[in-house]
Amino acid sequence: MDDTQRRAYWRKNLRLMAVLLAVWALVSFGAGILFVEPLNEIVVGGFPLGFWFSQQGSILTFVALIAIYVWRMDRLDREFGVAEDEG
Amino acid sequence: MSQIQLWTLIFAIITFGIYIYIAYASRVSDTAGFYVAGGGIPAPANGAAIAADWMSAASFISLAGIVGLAYNGYAGGVFLMGWTGGYVLLALLLAPYLRKFGKFTLPDFVGDRYSETTRLVAVLAAIVVSFVYVAGQMAGVGLVFTRFLGVSTEIGVIIGMAIVFFYAVLGGMKGITWTQVAQYSVLIVAYLIPAVAVSSRVTGIPLPQIGFGAILEELNGLQADLGLAEYSGAFTQISMPNMVLITAALMFGTAGLPHVIVRFYTAKSVRAARYSALWAIFFIALLYTTAPSVASFTKLQIMKDLDGATLATVPDWFNQWADVGLITTAAGGPVADLGTSTFSYTDVMINNDIIVLASPEIGGLPAPIVGLVAAGALAAALSTASGLLLVISSAVANDVYYKKINPAATEQRQLMVGRIAMACAIIVAGYFGVNPPGFVAQVVALAFGLAAASFFPTLVLGIFWKRATATGAAAGMISGLVITFAYMVWTIPIYGGSEGLFGIPATGIGTIGMLINFAVTIVVSKMTPPPSEEMQELVEEIRYPGRTDLVKRHAGGEAIGH
Repeated sequence: MDDTQRRAYWRKNLRLMAVLLAVWALVSFGAGILFVEPLNEIVVGGFPLGFWFSQQGSILTFVALIAIYVWRMDRLDREFGVAEDEG
Repeated sequence: MSQIQLWTLIFAIITFGIYIYIAYASRVSDTAGFYVAGGGIPAPANGAAIAADWMSAASFISLAGIVGLAYNGYAGGVFLMGWTGGYVLLALLLAPYLRKFGKFTLPDFVGDRYSETTRLVAVLAAIVVSFVYVAGQMAGVGLVFTRFLGVSTEIGVIIGMAIVFFYAVLGGMKGITWTQVAQYSVLIVAYLIPAVAVSSRVTGIPLPQIGFGAILEELNGLQADLGLAEYSGAFTQISMPNMVLITAALMFGTAGLPHVIVRFYTAKSVRAARYSALWAIFFIALLYTTAPSVASFTKLQIMKDLDGATLATVPDWFNQWADVGLITTAAGGPVADLGTSTFSYTDVMINNDIIVLASPEIGGLPAPIVGLVAAGALAAALSTASGLLLVISSAVANDVYYKKINPAATEQRQLMVGRIAMACAIIVAGYFGVNPPGFVAQVVALAFGLAAASFFPTLVLGIFWKRATATGAAAGMISGLVITFAYMVWTIPIYGGSEGLFGIPATGIGTIGMLINFAVTIVVSKMTPPPSEEMQELVEEIRYPGRTDLVKRHAGGEAIGH
């Protein structure tokens, strides 16, 4: 990779990180804590929604966020020819 | 010997036999194998090892009870979100870059990126945090032996020490990692079987995560009848700002714990380090989404079983756990004080650990399952203990002995020092397991705050900000640590017992300490000369996967100017 490519790779990496971390904060601190009271007015499958986010939803979201990160970074590595063979 | 004791013994012997066999099959003969398993662990196995390393005796035995009983549902979310959310930070901000950097330990990164002084601060912090933790694990092993087999705590701890000694000293990180894979399998099976059984019995839905929703309304109703706050209600126990502070301290602390971070060095490649984080959060989520479900329906079942009960009519599990003192009257006296009167849930005090330990019986499962739960608790305690012991021994052998005392030491000699350090650490840990200092329980929860205030900002800035200097990092780490520690001492009941400032609890101050660390590191770095061109280039290179010259030369041992 030359310098321009490096900068492009890093910028894309940072943008992906920023989006994923924004979701991370919104779901855990947002839905699980700050907005829990209005969300608790909505009940789905027996769960007040805010309570569900703090005890189940946020954890499931964390798994999904890391899965998306791993998948997108694999794609980014291939695009810039720095992919490694083994997983 | 009762049925339960017999089955506990059978499961303990089978699982210990498996661990010893794995240890023997994966013994090592070089330092790379001893410290980081030769960097050759496949991602799913590494993920399972991280999960077992991370989930301690406390996660396995106490988490459900803490959420359901001590924190009355919603407030327990601080632990559920706090102890899982940190993995997102680890995966995105630390794991790939630390793996690319190579090397063996967390102080290695701090020392090479910044300076030898900051390395020593990191060594000290890593050893203190790890010892505090490991004492708790050894005590956990003793606890399981006492409760399920009726032997003394001392004998329980000594048996646990002997097992850990065997596979950790012989196999180092390689032995520990493969044993942890087996231990994860044991602990998750032992956790899920009773959870599914209790869910089926109480809610009619076998999947605990779904059954959870079906009983919440009933649980809230029962709690209201007894005058307790709503189980799913927000901020009945902890205020909104403190929920945020405590959750954040646990999250950022998780991302700064040495025994978790070192795990990413054992991955095969940068890509494998990312996948390890994914497998780890998946394996952890299996237990962490099940725990709050178990908490709710076991609590519901307990309340129903005890509604208008008398000592003559209580179910078997009540008597069994009352006998060992885990169930007392609300005032703390023996349950015999209740006499012949009828009582309910609020008239007795039920220990947090009961929710998991008694769940097979509450779910109507036979004795072998109770034995399996005991084996699961032992697996959780032993796996965490061994991971922590490795951090201690590698900090002593690699960062102090090899890097500071005798840089000319041969591979064989380093390995020997590592093994001796491990053996000493096991003995010290065993001692604290038998004679736990009064402050351990307090400090374990606070260790996260300390890790958040010290390691996390230093690592993140070291990777993402080339301009971060050694002086800046040292000043940041020290101010974060000192302020956090001082506030903790000032507010913990057994020491200062002060109210603190703005009602911030000792468990939440780590978040403030972390922000201070970030601010101080940035300001001081701006005022000091930038790191050398070569160091900035090294930081640049760890951002990209694949082999690069400078990182390769550096990993080969070449010194790079700060």
